[in-house]
Amino acid sequence: MSFFDDKQVRLNIDRLPIAFDDYGFDRFGLSKKALIRAYSPVAYLYRHYLKVTAFGMEFIPRQGRALVVANHSGGIGADAAMIFTSLILNDEAPRLGQGMAEYFLTRSPFASVALSRLGHLTGLPEHGEQLLSDERLVVVFPEGAAGAGKLYKDRYKLLRFGTGFMRLALKTGTPVIPCAFIGGEEAFPQLFHIKWLAKLVNGPFVPVAPQLVLFPLPVACQVYYGLPMHFEGDGSEPDHVIQEYVDQVRASMERLISTGLDARPQAFMFEKMRGSKEDTSR
Amino acid sequence: MKILITGISGTLARGVAYRLVQRGHQVIGIDRRPWPDVPEGVEMHQADIRKRPAEDVFRTARPDALVHMATVTHFTTGTEERYRINLGGTRKLFEYCHEYGVGQSVFVGRHTVYGASPDSPLYHTEDEPPLAGAAFKELADLVAADLYAGSALWRWPEIDTAVLRLCYFLGPSRGGTLASFLSKTRVPMVMGFDPLYQLMHEWDAEEAITLAVEKRLRGVFNVAGPPPVPLSTVVAATGKRGIPIPEPLYSSVLGRFGFPYLPDDAIAHVKYPIVIDNKAFVEATGFEPRYSAKQTMEGFRWN
Repeated sequence: MSFFDDKQVRLNIDRLPIAFDDYGFDRFGLSKKALIRAYSPVAYLYRHYLKVTAFGMEFIPRQGRALVVANHSGGIGADAAMIFTSLILNDEAPRLGQGMAEYFLTRSPFASVALSRLGHLTGLPEHGEQLLSDERLVVVFPEGAAGAGKLYKDRYKLLRFGTGFMRLALKTGTPVIPCAFIGGEEAFPQLFHIKWLAKLVNGPFVPVAPQLVLFPLPVACQVYYGLPMHFEGDGSEPDHVIQEYVDQVRASMERLISTGLDARPQAFMFEKMRGSKEDTSR
Repeated sequence: MKILITGISGTLARGVAYRLVQRGHQVIGIDRRPWPDVPEGVEMHQADIRKRPAEDVFRTARPDALVHMATVTHFTTGTEERYRINLGGTRKLFEYCHEYGVGQSVFVGRHTVYGASPDSPLYHTEDEPPLAGAAFKELADLVAADLYAGSALWRWPEIDTAVLRLCYFLGPSRGGTLASFLSKTRVPMVMGFDPLYQLMHEWDAEEAITLAVEKRLRGVFNVAGPPPVPLSTVVAATGKRGIPIPEPLYSSVLGRFGFPYLPDDAIAHVKYPIVIDNKAFVEATGFEPRYSAKQTMEGFRWN
């Protein structure tokens, strides 16, 4: 235990429904120590910098497989970090969200190790299946990296969804929990992308926001989780059936987004949103 | 049962021979290398599997089962010789099995045949093609031998063939691929990478092979024990020092400065994990490892 460890993070990580071995690793290379180390500073940002409020945490199951499907925004992955943190800081049922990482990250040095220690595997359908069969909670962004790279003028517009997540959910009999992240587009309003630099670093895009640094503005953000959706099937359905299911998820995410946008008093909000049922700023 | 073990003087094979003798089987061994203190119940023939004396063992002893463990790696053998032993030898042995009515064969291969790559799934299943040969030419012969052994299932359907893809093992004999990698006090790691390594105790590996013989397995099976651990943990737990080396310099330090020698292509296996799913093997045999990863690695610590 170190001085920088966050107490709530440490307690909740100890309660995760995941089997760790003698060295504190799980069977996918996830490390307990790395989790505490990484989530502690992020929890500080969660409470005091981005002042996140989470709604609908009661829809997150205490244990067992689940697929959280969220909108992507804000270019630099702050939205994903905050969604994962909201799941860890949920005292009722702390869960570790495991993401499907971008290919270019899992082949780069340091990033690949960090991702694997935090439980984010390369975005392969096999990995999703392995995690869900191991009763994990997987977080996916069906818009893909392109969703994160939305410019400010296109804020909160959902792009085309991939359908892989729905086949995965059907094949493994997993409930889908729609999720909306509000505030990401204001915290990092993307004006344009530097294309040649993206090509140089072999990444999907390099965004530029008014703050000029790759760090979000202290805009208050909110996370909304929706009612879990159960779909009947085994994943071998024809594309048009899958597309219909995906559209249902998309529609409920759009509802959550518009609820969230209506609920906040103004877009650029620098105070924590009031009227939240639970207070996570301990 | 009369069981013929090829490559019997090898580290794992001796253990398998002991276990089979203990369970009341008659064991015959073939190896080029001697086994001086060969135990009672093992009939040892010092011969080359590709030469006539080996065929004569099949002809005169008429074994019921073959356990083929006479394969070699780049750690010990040059390229041409490796192809002769791994491919030529495997082919010859399966032909003898067919010719002399051996009803069962077990090919003991390696899990490294799947290859290490950042965009392959973590838990490899048996239905995935072994891709190591493309990226790691020193493994191409072992991949080919593995596939050839698998082809015996349709080529000679009367033989119950099991192809085992064994993960790394560590044990008191200090033999095996991983032990060679950890043989020096310094272990070369690639800076910024720390892949998962899957290892099991040598004795568990011996037990798994013995079970595969006794249960008369048919098909391709991944054989692994406890869940994988990161390479840095393997290095620390076995009392070694991991030295992170920037990737461009990696191949030039191998074999120098107290580092073990590895072929250039081996770098992928130090950067990315090869982890296998042993569900099918466990279901078929009820195999349960006796030693955890921690016990295995700490048991390997003595110098």
